[in-house]
Amino acid sequence: MSDFWILLTGSLVAACCGIVGVFLVLRKMAMIGDAISHSVMPGIVIAFLISGSRDSLLMMFAALVFGVLTTFLIGMFQRSGIQSDASIGVVFTALFAIGVILVSLFARQVHLDQDAILYGEIAFVHWNVWEIGGVSLGPKAVWLLGVTLVVIIAVIGLFYKQFKLCSFDPALAAAIGIPVAFFHYLLMGLVSMATVSSFESVGAILVVGMLIIPASTAYLLTDKLGSMILISVAVGVASTILGYGVSVVLDASIAGCMVCAAGLLFIMAFLFSPSHGLVIRKLRQRSLASSVNV
Amino acid sequence: MKNFMSMLADPNMQWIFFGCMLLGLSSGVIGSFSYLRKQSLVGDTLAHAALPGICIAFMLTGIKSIGVFLIGAGIAGVIATFGIGFITRHSRLKQDAALGIVLSTFFGLGIVLLTFIQHGAYGNQAGLDKFLFGQAAAMVGSDVVTMSIISAALVTICTLLFKQFKLISFDPGFAKGLGYPVAFLEQLLMLLVVVAVVVGIQAVGVVLIAALLITPAVSARYWTNRLGVMVALSGMFGALSGALGTWISSSVSNLPTGPVTVLAATAFFLLSILFGPQRGLVAKRLLRQRVKKRYMMEGELRAERMKGETAI
Repeated sequence: MSDFWILLTGSLVAACCGIVGVFLVLRKMAMIGDAISHSVMPGIVIAFLISGSRDSLLMMFAALVFGVLTTFLIGMFQRSGIQSDASIGVVFTALFAIGVILVSLFARQVHLDQDAILYGEIAFVHWNVWEIGGVSLGPKAVWLLGVTLVVIIAVIGLFYKQFKLCSFDPALAAAIGIPVAFFHYLLMGLVSMATVSSFESVGAILVVGMLIIPASTAYLLTDKLGSMILISVAVGVASTILGYGVSVVLDASIAGCMVCAAGLLFIMAFLFSPSHGLVIRKLRQRSLASSVNV
Repeated sequence: MKNFMSMLADPNMQWIFFGCMLLGLSSGVIGSFSYLRKQSLVGDTLAHAALPGICIAFMLTGIKSIGVFLIGAGIAGVIATFGIGFITRHSRLKQDAALGIVLSTFFGLGIVLLTFIQHGAYGNQAGLDKFLFGQAAAMVGSDVVTMSIISAALVTICTLLFKQFKLISFDPGFAKGLGYPVAFLEQLLMLLVVVAVVVGIQAVGVVLIAALLITPAVSARYWTNRLGVMVALSGMFGALSGALGTWISSSVSNLPTGPVTVLAATAFFLLSILFGPQRGLVAKRLLRQRVKKRYMMEGELRAERMKGETAI
């Protein structure tokens, strides 16, 4: 049974991150995903200190606030003349540092150690069960991730056209009256939500892997946005299953193995993608060259 | 202040204090070049990528020393740099996605290896996880000596190759035209970043060492338009943050050095963004007010002159 819950949790993480990751990769903001996954940390710790529990709406809200704050600060520094990657670096390291300091100052009150934030504890997911009136309803993390996934699908589904236009041609989107900035922050809110509900199970840095790697893999496999999202989720789920299998065999970190599996799938796509793969392109060039010589 | 004096009286602490200052100095100096080359986040990626290298070096040798780790992390860093370049050159992914992919894959691998080490029969592994967040007080004398020597060497190399690095930071095409080995110099700079990252990991940690490369350089950029001054200022900001970080974290128990150092650097950054002489927010606001006032005054003069002319 625990295998089932772990795989379900991992797949939900992969689905949440896979969907929003596509938009991050398309808008060339992959590293903002990295920044958000680090900088929600103070929000999580503060919410934890206030509420004392790990699964509250407050935590989600605080993380959302910090996620949007991060994007806002990055944007503000960028406008004041700092290069975009440097402003990302300044903002997320500062916020992450605040988070780590809070954790180490209140380490006794907070049952939240730094390792858990970095690596996650997907192996313990099925111990933390939600019960109503003595009836077990399954792990809390699954519920949290499920709700997040529904919200993400609902928001992206409702505003699919707007998100699509904002990703490919923000100038046109602004010209025909779509509030580009609003959709930017909406997307960042979704990224923060996905990050917060995933961090407990896969850890902050592995969220980055799930955000960026499956989406990049999908980007190499298709040219259509719709199928890119589907492929990204499929790659994420596949790497979850593959990674879990490997981690059981090797007795190593589950989240780490999942990200390594995602990296492996990316390398496969990078080399053998039918449209953009390195090997396939080389072969095509060679056959073209030989046909020209004849 | 008394606390500060008592800290300096402890010879071991003296060394650590000195080492962290030198570390801040050298990463600030190197960071300014990577900032100008728009490669700030490469440092972050290389820091994460160093983790599997460090783990493999430890698994092979069983020794915890900076020298061994430096070799492992150096090799991992070179592979990571190559990977980033390879992905951006041979696919339609942009640099940010390539950075993210390399960063998370390497870090995932590092965590897998770390759990291997924890589960396996590597007796002396305690403290390897300190590398994630850094604890300067946990360093031993020989580590500090290695760290200081390497930091000093980094600063020396940057001073000697200042002209070359300046050229490839601003105009690599021109540098190539003049016959400089641009590809070699770029690789060398990348290697220096790797070395700075690895040396700093023990004091600041994998996750936050990037801040020492980025934040002082960005702060220094606010004060000057000259590269020489910028590099010196950035080194100074880095050194001061290193010093403050060690001091504060050693006087409060349970406080890791890395985050405090990063926050000290961030404080310098906020000071710079507010009070920088030309680009600072306060200076900009004052300039705008001055211009506005002058414009209003000129407007009044013009209006009076117009009135005079119509009267005539």
